[in-house]
Amino acid sequence: MQPILSCRDVRVSFNGFQALQGVNLDVLPQEVRFLIGPNGAGKTTLLDVVCGKTKASDGEVLYRQTENIRKLQEHEIVHLGITRKFQAPSIFANLTVWENLELSLKQKRGLWSVMRAKMTGEDKGKMEAMLLRIGLMEQRHNLAGMLAHGQKQWLEIGMQLMQNPEILLLDEPIAGMSETERHKTGELIHEISETCSVLIVEHDMEFVRNFSKQVTVMHEGKVLCEGTMSEIQQNEQVAEVYLGRRESAC
Amino acid sequence: MDKKKLGYWLFFIALFLGPLYLTEFRLALMGKFLCFAIVALGICLIWGYTGILSLGHGVYFGLGAYCTAMYLKLEAANGQLPDFMEWSGVSALPAFWVPFSNPIFAIGASLLIPALIAAILGFLTFKNRIKGVYFSLISQAVVVVFVTLFVAKQDWTGGTNGLTNFTTFLGFSLASPLVQIALYMMTVIILGASFALAAALTNSRVGRVLSAVRDGENRVRFLGFNPTSYKVFVYSLSAALAGLAGTLFVLQVGLISPAMMGIIPSIEMVLWAAVGGRHSLIGAILGAVIVNSAKSFFSEAYPDIWSIFLGLLFIIVVMFLPNGIVGAFESWNEKREKAKRKGGTADAADSVVS
Repeated sequence: MQPILSCRDVRVSFNGFQALQGVNLDVLPQEVRFLIGPNGAGKTTLLDVVCGKTKASDGEVLYRQTENIRKLQEHEIVHLGITRKFQAPSIFANLTVWENLELSLKQKRGLWSVMRAKMTGEDKGKMEAMLLRIGLMEQRHNLAGMLAHGQKQWLEIGMQLMQNPEILLLDEPIAGMSETERHKTGELIHEISETCSVLIVEHDMEFVRNFSKQVTVMHEGKVLCEGTMSEIQQNEQVAEVYLGRRESAC
Repeated sequence: MDKKKLGYWLFFIALFLGPLYLTEFRLALMGKFLCFAIVALGICLIWGYTGILSLGHGVYFGLGAYCTAMYLKLEAANGQLPDFMEWSGVSALPAFWVPFSNPIFAIGASLLIPALIAAILGFLTFKNRIKGVYFSLISQAVVVVFVTLFVAKQDWTGGTNGLTNFTTFLGFSLASPLVQIALYMMTVIILGASFALAAALTNSRVGRVLSAVRDGENRVRFLGFNPTSYKVFVYSLSAALAGLAGTLFVLQVGLISPAMMGIIPSIEMVLWAAVGGRHSLIGAILGAVIVNSAKSFFSEAYPDIWSIFLGLLFIIVVMFLPNGIVGAFESWNEKREKAKRKGGTADAADSVVS
């Protein structure tokens, strides 16, 4: 199978600090890929590069093997079907849940198209289905800023799904969630992967163990190794990276 | 909601019938304030709804006023050179003045020139992601540039004195009370239409994109929108409204000078929206009328110290009513309704007990 997203020797430097030092990564269609690694390994930076928030100083980010998206603007990358959920829930607090979803509809986003846009029955159906899926039907007319933390996270995931993405980038989606919410989110992620690829940064090892197939370990701006969770746990280098840090922390 | 709509209709009808209950002097003042209210509407759109704080709307107001004033000046000169040009020793009408002898061109330009300048400035700044304080500072620098330019090119613009001594508009004498009443009514109609347009815009999906830009511009990018085009559009629309207000102002007041487009008037424009409530369109209108009424009341009653009262008014609003008069009214209303609901359940509980 052809990878849908390939990073080739991606490098990022912030004022001389090498945050990514030549990352190579392939993500296959409909794959759930977890990115783990100690703090400062460059996991979030890698997501930033893919979604266009940070520009890589060198290397290639190929979408569907042909299109290099390294220099595209954020909204252009979204139009290709790559969407991003940030670590801190970033929904529009002063709009209602319904209005948040309305802006997330897959639509022509030019000024003139949006001016002429009307809410069709089809759009309404999609939005209602999404409300059910993320469990926010009752709260649909509440301001999004009034939702509980976990509900905000789901709303944001829902907003990304409204766009029928090809690749969904998630940055610590379960941070701050309760046990039941975590489980529900994990199931939601697997459901999502039936239609799109998911690239997840996660710190919670138990969550990774429960819901991962392929895991990529990053360390100091590079990919250390790839494999299933059990393969990774037996990898000596990985143990060194994590244990080494733990020892120095003690 | 319908009650609200009815209220708006009553408000505009009451304004429209102003000539029936206001003296000629007060009517002239009110006409001027309503021009300012149109500017405040534009400020409300960019600041309250989109989060762009422009401290330079005096320029757009002034440019609109100058465009129409040029036409009025040429009409008053009656085919000859305008008086101030003769004094500066100009022998022939400058080429860029010529098209302004056409009233349609002049009034069209009073809308389009501010809109175009705003679009260029907005495009360059917003595309480069300049926002917040940096944008406000740039907008203020633009004021300095324009005022300096208008003062310096005395032979083209009338310098510090600006343009004045008009006689007629489309052949009607501007000194006639009837013409002034007609201009007042036109101002009310245009204000009402601008309000309706702004309300329709803010209630549409575009309006929701604008408030999304205010709350999280980057987030909007990651939903696939390019905020630049939305910001340029709304900034340019608000500049056009300011230009339109300038036209109506110069017709009723009969004077425009660089002092009226300077830094202080530009900041005052923002204060109108702040006092009324920057998140509310009707608040912006009320703010412009209330602040300017207070200004003229204080200056009549206490000619020596009136500016202190005005300063106090601003301090009170900023400290105690951060969302302006309308914002304060809304939160008071909300509290009262909440109390009522609580009271209601308490009553129900009582009835169960008894």
